[in-house]
Amino acid sequence: MSAHATEHGTMNIKLIVWRQPARDKPGRFETYEAKNITPHHSFLEMLDVVNEDLIKAGKDPIAFDHDCREGICGMCSAVVNGVPHGGQERTTLCQLHMRKFKDGDAIYLEPWRARAFPILRDLIVDRTALDKLIQVAGFVSCHTGGVPDGNAILVGKPEADYAMDAAACIGCGACVAACPNGAAMLFAGAKVAQLAELPQGQVEAPQRVAAMVKAMADQGFGNCSNHYECEAACPKGIEVKFIARLNREFTKALCQEKIGAISTTTAASGD
Amino acid sequence: MILDGKAPTGKIQDSWDKHRFDSLKLVNPANKRKYKILVVGTGLAGGSAAATLAELGYQVEAFCYQDSPRRAHSIAAQGGINAAKAYPNDGDSIYRLFYDTIKGGDFRAREADVWRLSQVSNNIIDQCVAQGVPFARDYAGYLDNRSFGGAQVSRTFYARGQTGQQLLLGAYSALSRQIGLGTVKMFARTEMLDLVVVDGEAKGITVRDLVTGEIRTHVGDAVVLATGGYMNVFYLSTNAMGCSATAIWKAHKKGAYLANPCYTQIHPTCIPQAGDYQSKLTLMSESLRNDGRIWVPKKKEDCGKLPSEIPEADRDYYLERKYPSYGNLAPRDIASRAAKEQCDEGRGVGPGGRGVYLDFSDSIARLGESTIRERYGNLFEMYERITDENAYQRPMRIYPAPHYAMGGLWVDYNLQSNIPGLFVLGEANFSVHGANRLGASALMQGLADGYFVIPYTIANYLAQTKPGKVKSDHPECTRSIAEVKAERDRFLSVNGKRTVTEFTREVGVLMWNNVGMARTKQSLTEALQKLPAIREEFWKNVKVSGSGDELNQQLENAGRTADFIEFAELLARDALHREESCGGHFRVEHQYPDGEAMRDDANFSYAAAWEFKGTGQAQELHKEPLKFENIHLAVRSYK
Amino acid sequence: MRLLSDSIGRKVVMAITGLLMVLFVVGHLLGNLSIFAGADGINTYAAKLQALPLLVWATRIVMGAAVLFHLVISIQITLENNQANPTAYAVDRRLRATFAGKNMIWTGLLLGGFILFHLFHFTVRSVPGLEIVQVHDALGRADVFAMVSAAFGKLVTAAVYVIAMLMLYLHLSHGIQSTFQSLGLNNSKTMPGFAKFGGVLSVIFLLGYGAIPVAIFFGLLAK
Ligand SMILES: Cc1cc2nc3c(=O)[nH]c(=O)nc-3n(C[C@H](O)[C@H](O)[C@H](O)COP(=O)(O)OP(=O)(O)OC[C@H]3O[C@@H](n4cnc5c(N)ncnc54)[C@H](O)[C@@H]3O)c2cc1C
Ligand code: HEM
Ligand code: HEM
Ligand code: SF4
Ligand code: F3S
Ligand code: FES
Repeated sequence: MSAHATEHGTMNIKLIVWRQPARDKPGRFETYEAKNITPHHSFLEMLDVVNEDLIKAGKDPIAFDHDCREGICGMCSAVVNGVPHGGQERTTLCQLHMRKFKDGDAIYLEPWRARAFPILRDLIVDRTALDKLIQVAGFVSCHTGGVPDGNAILVGKPEADYAMDAAACIGCGACVAACPNGAAMLFAGAKVAQLAELPQGQVEAPQRVAAMVKAMADQGFGNCSNHYECEAACPKGIEVKFIARLNREFTKALCQEKIGAISTTTAASGD
Repeated sequence: MILDGKAPTGKIQDSWDKHRFDSLKLVNPANKRKYKILVVGTGLAGGSAAATLAELGYQVEAFCYQDSPRRAHSIAAQGGINAAKAYPNDGDSIYRLFYDTIKGGDFRAREADVWRLSQVSNNIIDQCVAQGVPFARDYAGYLDNRSFGGAQVSRTFYARGQTGQQLLLGAYSALSRQIGLGTVKMFARTEMLDLVVVDGEAKGITVRDLVTGEIRTHVGDAVVLATGGYMNVFYLSTNAMGCSATAIWKAHKKGAYLANPCYTQIHPTCIPQAGDYQSKLTLMSESLRNDGRIWVPKKKEDCGKLPSEIPEADRDYYLERKYPSYGNLAPRDIASRAAKEQCDEGRGVGPGGRGVYLDFSDSIARLGESTIRERYGNLFEMYERITDENAYQRPMRIYPAPHYAMGGLWVDYNLQSNIPGLFVLGEANFSVHGANRLGASALMQGLADGYFVIPYTIANYLAQTKPGKVKSDHPECTRSIAEVKAERDRFLSVNGKRTVTEFTREVGVLMWNNVGMARTKQSLTEALQKLPAIREEFWKNVKVSGSGDELNQQLENAGRTADFIEFAELLARDALHREESCGGHFRVEHQYPDGEAMRDDANFSYAAAWEFKGTGQAQELHKEPLKFENIHLAVRSYK
Repeated sequence: MRLLSDSIGRKVVMAITGLLMVLFVVGHLLGNLSIFAGADGINTYAAKLQALPLLVWATRIVMGAAVLFHLVISIQITLENNQANPTAYAVDRRLRATFAGKNMIWTGLLLGGFILFHLFHFTVRSVPGLEIVQVHDALGRADVFAMVSAAFGKLVTAAVYVIAMLMLYLHLSHGIQSTFQSLGLNNSKTMPGFAKFGGVLSVIFLLGYGAIPVAIFFGLLAK
């Protein structure tokens, strides 16, 4: 390990990138060369370099989603050699650095692929399906104002920590992209678990899980077969235990409904 | 012109309550649904505003440039959010938060606004808890607090290192609920490119659909801008890549005054730039300074050596030396300037000499590595991911980076700009932080504005205007669309040799060097000479490929950069005119012998609001005098 | 909310039916292992079972329903899943998904085929070419031992059974731990335990069942 970037050698990388001009147009792989990349380039900065070259050559740069570039907004999204975000533990694409690659490496870059995520251009996909899941039930139906003092609702530290573990999801959709079934169970499970764990969210827990599960099907997400690929790809370490929680909440709500204790059709969803 | 901030007079403690009752009209519940409000930006400020206004019964249309409202840059805030709850019983109060904020802002904010912020801060915490924000709790289940820079009490609420994320997700869930109910129409991947002003009132916006390229106008009865800060004018900053001045700049060009743009905050603890290709800077929580000691080598020749090879005697712990009582915890602006000074004198470490050491070896020896790991483990991990260096074994390198914009569109006490019907919230306005923002206060402001201020103040405007005055075929809309299209076509037709990023970087570097942390008359004048040349060069030589009718990220960047180039001039002009040092604005000419900022209250105790007079022409300055009736003006000292 | 059409409802049905079948396989294995006690062992067991027609028929009905639901739903969800994720990545690199997990439908269908074959083979005894003539042992009981020994004396039959047991192993090496997750019983602490349990149990099935045709084919089983 040396002190400065300038002391490292640079590398050349072969990029095989999915190019697709628009949503309903056909796409194909194109090969590019990323030259003089230092180990300190982030993956996206490497793409910046390639794009600057493409622009200067009068070609269309590779379109990719990104914003915060510090691993928190969930905007960046591409599949690197078959793994969403590149497969470094707890690392988003924007936080992946080129020191993880070697001179001469060939890298396949593809967009998230799932029916629920149509491709908009090159590596950019439409993830509004995830927003839709939150819109039906990913909330506590509280109003602005008129709520009790923060300390009037006590939450044990273990429960608060559990809820925070689940809430750390950045909504990137890598779980869907990684899932062989295109399922959004990890994303939905994290939200359901977070809110079911906290007293504030428990009141609506049965309606929430019912609405979420229905919305997942409506949005074209697949079913879960417990492949756990999602957990492995998740850049925020969201665990599949939250999918188990989702299943548990579902079963509980179903039983409650079947015995007539509750109704899930007068939804929190407002539909 | 002397501007009136319309702040209520009388006893400050009652000011907001009285104002709400005496001065603010209400809209009858049955009439609310006849009004349409356009909310641009879905960060803490815009997201909370859109959700609350929709819940009240207004029709709301909300816009953001990202693919989802959940990704606004509020998400990146790590540290926490302040509130005057005084749960720890350590002497905090609304009054103390008010006092700290005014003082921290170096006496350049309006008292009444800051009072209101402090007052509603407590409601924010309650609101967020009710939404299911997983704030840190103690073992008995009560909310936990931590302390933050600039305050002697423990008033910061937090959710691990992801407070901004959790607060934003709270606002986003409230917003999502309204979208599901059909009361908010959400337009993501949609960028506002112009403000539509009809008969002097803001009645619409012109946007570009970033997927299809369609340019269209949305009309409403009022427009709310909550589009965040402009620090990317420095190119490298802690802001997200898409953060821009575009929305406020376009509003400015349509007549909205821009206030105090020179108040820019530089954060002292960021990971230094590693090379020229670098696209952004990453913030490391300020809390690191609690346990790390900052130093540089005394001798320039030592800078290239490994830190372990530099003996204790050859290290300069310059903050401890210069500010013995605050030491490594000196406020942001002081710590930032001191670091730059060391590097400018050639004692910086790391690539390009842009860095100082933040050394944990003493703390590790004292507390053990495991304690340090427990406190800062995730930050050390992040540092290693970016730099490939293990900060348990060798000191971190840090450097100041542009972080937060205190300046923004001028608004009165009702958060309304000088254009009736145009309201501005959050970082996009200039209101409460004066010349310097305290840590954990921006999140507080965004949510205060959105949940608890705008719902009252916008009603006052709407109650006095008829709904649906302007239709989308109004000539002003047609004109605005034509202007936006013309600008788009101009970008596409230049077909020059230099990429957009090259220009963004050129402006940014110039701004950082000449208008960054330490400004002089000479550096500012030089910037003001160079900027018009860059602007001209841009329009002659920029290269934007592709077309306007498709997803075209170059085109998006071109627009943002063009606006930054123009905005930069105003920033420099404001800095040049303000012949004093205060908060985030440091004029080298105005300092005490010990290097402290020297305010000039006699001549500059005002907010500087600039009026657009045409591209390339100097703006006209309007002043809003600041009165301090509750807190006495005093010199800040952190010795 | 609907058990038989909601995604997670069907998952629960898959888990419960799967679990029922696993229970059957456990019981069946315990019974079958009596073959290692010789003809007397297994024939006694079979006779005892025959004497409990209520139990036998109850089991048949429950298991029949379980297989049917399991089969129909598995085909449904597999088709849905293939649709939800229509295009494969250029590089097929999986971090956690296993061969067994990815091929549940195939190992399952083969198992289904095996069960059908197995029923016609040993219960209905009408597989063309493998017809079995009912014989009785010295005590007049059905001579299951003779039937099984005769069947596994043939390489093809023994091989078919061994291959089927491999399918069973694959199916359950994913399936058993999976039921705990499906039923929401998992958390990060119990997960490794369930995984190990599933792994061990499916190996026991492989070895236990597999031993029968192998032992008989190689003549290791004394009468
Ligand atoms: C790294 C970092 C850490 C921070 N930590 C803290 C902290 O610990 N505590 C604290 O109090 N503050 C902190 N801050 C400051 C604080 O996060 C921000 O000031 C605050 O979140 C700004 O919120 P906002 O709603 O005004 O704007 P943002 O959250 O930036 O939202 C802007 C919105 O406007 C939209 N937008 C912008 N331009 C356009 C356009 N032209 N058209 C359409 N939409 C547009 C965007 O899509 C986005 O939705 C931090 C800031 C950074 C960068
Ligand atoms: C009839 C033929 C069969 C077919 C077509 C079949 C198919 C499948 C499929 C596709 C799955 C995965 C379901 C998913 O995606 O979640 C599955 C799961 C399972 N199967 Fe089968 N299977 C069959 C028979 C069996 C048998 C005979 C057993 C037991 C001995 C069994 C036990 C299980 C178990 C325990 C699971 C796990 C359920 C869960 O994930 O919760 N299956 N089966
Ligand atoms: C080597 C392994 C196996 C052997 C030797 C074996 C043997 C037998 C025998 C002897 C019978 C009883 C026939 C009768 O007298 O009526 C039987 C029945 C049956 N076996 Fe197996 N079996 C094996 C594996 C399996 C497996 C793996 C399954 C399921 C997945 C299975 C399912 C059944 C069923 C469903 C019946 C019918 C029970 C009934 O009559 O209701 N067997 N088997
Ligand atoms: S669960 Fe993980 S992978 Fe899925 S959206 Fe959330 S952060 Fe991304
Ligand atoms: S990868 Fe897919 S199958 Fe389930 S466990 Fe994860 S959602
Ligand atoms: S760009 Fe924000 S997470 Fe990667």
